[in-house]
Amino acid sequence: MDGMKGEVIKVSGPLVVAKGLTGARMYEMVRVGELGLFGEIIEIKRDEYSIQTYEETEGLGPGQPVVRTGEPLSVELGPGLIRSIYDGIQRPLDVLARDFGEYIVRGTQRPALDRSKIWGFVPVAHTGDTVKGGDILGTVQESALVSHKIMVPPGRMGTVGQIGPVSGNVDTEVAVIEGPDGPFGVTMVQRWPVRDSRPTKRKIAPTQTMTTGQRIIDMFFPIVKGGTACVPGPFGSGKTVVQHQLAKWADAQIVVYVGCGERGNEMTDVLMEFPHLKDPTTGEPLMERTVLIANTSNMPVAAREASVFTGISIAEYFRDMGYSVALMADSTSRWAEAMREISGRLEEMPGEEGYPAYLGSRIAGFYERAGAVICIGSDDRHGAVSIIGAVSPPGGDLSEPVVQTTLRVVKVYWGLDDKLAFARHFPAINWLASYSLYQEIVDSDADDTVDKMWSVNRRRAMTILQKEAELDELVRLVGIDALSLEDRLLMQAARMIREDFLHQNAFDDRDTYTSPRKQFMLLNLILRYYDEIRTGLADGATLDALLKLNVLDEITRAKLIPEDDLERFRSIESDIVNSIRALVW
Amino acid sequence: MGNIIREYRTVKEISGPLMLVDDVEGVTYGELAEIKMEDGSIRRGRVLEVHGKKAMVQVFEGTRGLSPQDVRVKFLAKGMELGMSIDMLGRVFDGSGRPMDDGPAIIPEKYLNVNGNQINPYARDYPNEFIQTGISTIDLLNTLVRGQKLPLFSGSGLPHSRIAAQIARQATVLKTGEKFAVVFAAMGITFEEAEFFIADFRKTGAIERSVLFINLADDPPIERLTLPRMALTTAEFLAFEKDMHVLVILTDITNYCEALREISAARKEVPGRRGYPGYLYTDLSTIYERAGRIKGKKGSITQIPVLTMPEDDKTHPIPDLTGYITEGQIIILRPLHTQGIYPPVDVLPSLSRLKDKGIGVGKTREDHSDVMNQLYAAYAQGKNARELAVILGESALTEEDVLFVKFSDAFEDRFVRQGEYENRTIEESLRIGWELLGMLPPNLLKRVRDEFIERYYPKSS
Ligand SMILES: Nc1ncnc2c1ncn2[C@@H]1O[C@H](COP(=O)(O)OP(=O)(O)OP(=O)(O)O)[C@@H](O)[C@H]1O
Ligand SMILES: [Mg+2]
Repeated sequence: MDGMKGEVIKVSGPLVVAKGLTGARMYEMVRVGELGLFGEIIEIKRDEYSIQTYEETEGLGPGQPVVRTGEPLSVELGPGLIRSIYDGIQRPLDVLARDFGEYIVRGTQRPALDRSKIWGFVPVAHTGDTVKGGDILGTVQESALVSHKIMVPPGRMGTVGQIGPVSGNVDTEVAVIEGPDGPFGVTMVQRWPVRDSRPTKRKIAPTQTMTTGQRIIDMFFPIVKGGTACVPGPFGSGKTVVQHQLAKWADAQIVVYVGCGERGNEMTDVLMEFPHLKDPTTGEPLMERTVLIANTSNMPVAAREASVFTGISIAEYFRDMGYSVALMADSTSRWAEAMREISGRLEEMPGEEGYPAYLGSRIAGFYERAGAVICIGSDDRHGAVSIIGAVSPPGGDLSEPVVQTTLRVVKVYWGLDDKLAFARHFPAINWLASYSLYQEIVDSDADDTVDKMWSVNRRRAMTILQKEAELDELVRLVGIDALSLEDRLLMQAARMIREDFLHQNAFDDRDTYTSPRKQFMLLNLILRYYDEIRTGLADGATLDALLKLNVLDEITRAKLIPEDDLERFRSIESDIVNSIRALVW
Repeated sequence: MGNIIREYRTVKEISGPLMLVDDVEGVTYGELAEIKMEDGSIRRGRVLEVHGKKAMVQVFEGTRGLSPQDVRVKFLAKGMELGMSIDMLGRVFDGSGRPMDDGPAIIPEKYLNVNGNQINPYARDYPNEFIQTGISTIDLLNTLVRGQKLPLFSGSGLPHSRIAAQIARQATVLKTGEKFAVVFAAMGITFEEAEFFIADFRKTGAIERSVLFINLADDPPIERLTLPRMALTTAEFLAFEKDMHVLVILTDITNYCEALREISAARKEVPGRRGYPGYLYTDLSTIYERAGRIKGKKGSITQIPVLTMPEDDKTHPIPDLTGYITEGQIIILRPLHTQGIYPPVDVLPSLSRLKDKGIGVGKTREDHSDVMNQLYAAYAQGKNARELAVILGESALTEEDVLFVKFSDAFEDRFVRQGEYENRTIEESLRIGWELLGMLPPNLLKRVRDEFIERYYPKSS
């Protein structure tokens, strides 16, 4: 066929220019050179086709062949995604390691979904049912935690003909549908072009809290199912730990973790840890709900650019089944830098800091793929994708373009502070600068389901922290003695909120996750102490005695009280009351 | 692409370290080129871009003295490769990989492309084996593990070379019967500094298990771009084919980055922060990510990159982007150095991100983590109090503050400070740590579990 094969005319790093591909479309995938490297057409100027190559281009030169595939960069969607680890263009890294060894070999490919795995399909639709895109034909138990819904592909419809229980690999036909243009078979696998968002019936406003087990997040800067959040911070401030913590403990049904231009060892960490960690609600290993995408910093930048889209397409697919999905992207700055590098090679007109002018629209477009939705299909089921993106600003400078454009679109901002990180206060989320626009949704939810004092306590605690910041200024100028006794008590309460509530050690088995109930009790305990010492002071107790109560140790250790022993909070409370009463008498 | 050797006399432009060769055929990206001068001498280069019949070549030894009329360029139909042999141990090479000592030529066992390949993240093994460097501030507080990349962030005139040499000399793992090697990559450092390392390696016998690649301050800057890659290729050969545990010292990364900036400027690329190219992060990661362990392989590569921060500024792109890739950083501080403390490690902002997996029972000692946290917290409190005293006067300090100030002075003097040839075991570091904690009453040691206080808190006085 004419134009299906062209030839290379230029190679500059990851950018290859070819000619002779007449008829090729933007974002079509091609195979480049004798090795058949994967690439994608990203610019067309007359007969010159610019291709970003997903693999190293050493050894490529003018005259070498370029072959069209006729298809845009697409992912395979079906049973087998869970527990997988893919690179940015969905090559299965575990299979590549098995077949080609410990280094990534150029031009190699293996199917994203393992064809040797046998799945059991259990139908839910019946012969004669009228179905349309999104309707569930049956299920496959993909992992201990995931019942994988096999759906009619978007845009198709008809009457179910043959259907029944079968087992086989993902290519097995599970149903035949009599469509308007004749019968078509449905297998367990769909393909989807990653740069297009998957259709939904419509978006709805998110209403459900996504609990993360991280106290500062759930209590002060919460996120919802279908929400968006960003975590900017300088190096070493704890972005990756926050992302890992959410991947572990957030009550999402599916987690897609995209390691985008970051460290190889961090992915190894997840791979080694997740199979041994138990989901707090189901007790099953966390890996049973996780999909990993790893395009580390040293892997080709074009595949890094694609990795985020590969991840979000997989997330949307699970959302379509009616699940709530959380996607973490660490780090979106590396993704933006990949765009910048490709744009530079294309000699596009640079915008701010060399980033392409379309940086803002790409970032917005990515986060826009999050949301709570009514899925396509007849049963109007709900699904959600939440996105949590890490941002790595150069020098920690928040005025740089990636942070700024991200802040324009996301609803939650967890600002990491290197001063807190140096002081080993983790998570180093700055409580004065961060915000969540979902606060009201979560407050009303938590007031109903956790404790009616939830939002009241939260506001009180935040006020104490803000007041502390003002008083701190004063202390720095004139010393602690300048403060009134009342203020000294407030400083004590604030310190306890910081150290005994906000501070949470991700690496301590007991501290790494706190249920909302316990979060409430812990904060309530501190506030109770604060109330009591204020009364105590009014009743004549000395400041020194109030600040040195033995019960303080118990409060400090309260964060380690096991989830099944929350009664102990009551006994600490009565200890507080008793010991202060003893002072006053 | 046949195997005909293609030689051209069609150099059209020379600019900075770059050369444009016209009318070429079959040239590929990344291909190695040999540039023959009139007098028969040879330089080498690498194809940075090929467009139709034009190839842009970066000349490693620089373009000084080249004239378009009298050079001949030969493309070698392969990438930049280096011959590998176990006999490289004990030898010194220049920036283009040629022996620069008086030893015999190396007979390669195989040739490897210096750009290496990316380790499949799935094939990595997580670094978790403690390396004892004999330096307390590292071993106890910022523990290094095998397969980690942990840079020294320093400033000009600070003793980072001495510290790096001390680590190379003393680094051991608490296990016996394993093979070690040091690969040393010097980029643009002075003759004296290089001599210091070589002499030190000779004196201690470490040279026998070392491979040195040296590019001095007055050597061609462009060589600095391939030098660390040659060093890492050698390290990979030793680690993953010869089962050795390899420590790679890369110094000075700042000079490397400057060479990269020079190329970028010559190519008229849109500059990023401070003129460094926008892809500096990605480029550095192709160096730093070549550290690690691989499942099923005995050896490992541990990297200690050294960089001097321009104006001691941690937000400068070089330390900044390095910090974004490496697994922590050891910060060398000028004020401590001025006070005469060696090694002047600034404990508070230093961090080893992999420490938690390399310490504790069976690795170092049960109380390691608690002691580390407590020393850290107490020192932070002492330093804070000391600053407060500067603003508000000594009298503003509480009794407790005074205690912590004393503690932090002693900490700097006895824990941070140690001899350049003092090789402390982890037990010694822990012992000194406990001695210092003994200055504080046990009830202030909130980060240490009671059982450890009972077992280790100094009894007398
Ligand atoms: N919640 C936490 N509990 C305990 N330690 C933490 C916590 N968060 C961060 N840390 C510490 O901080 C270190 C750095 O955190 P992390 O790797 O998440 O930083 P980062 O912001 O992702 O940095 P980079 O941008 O370089 O990737 C961790 O290795 C750990 O030692
Ligand atoms: Mg990180």
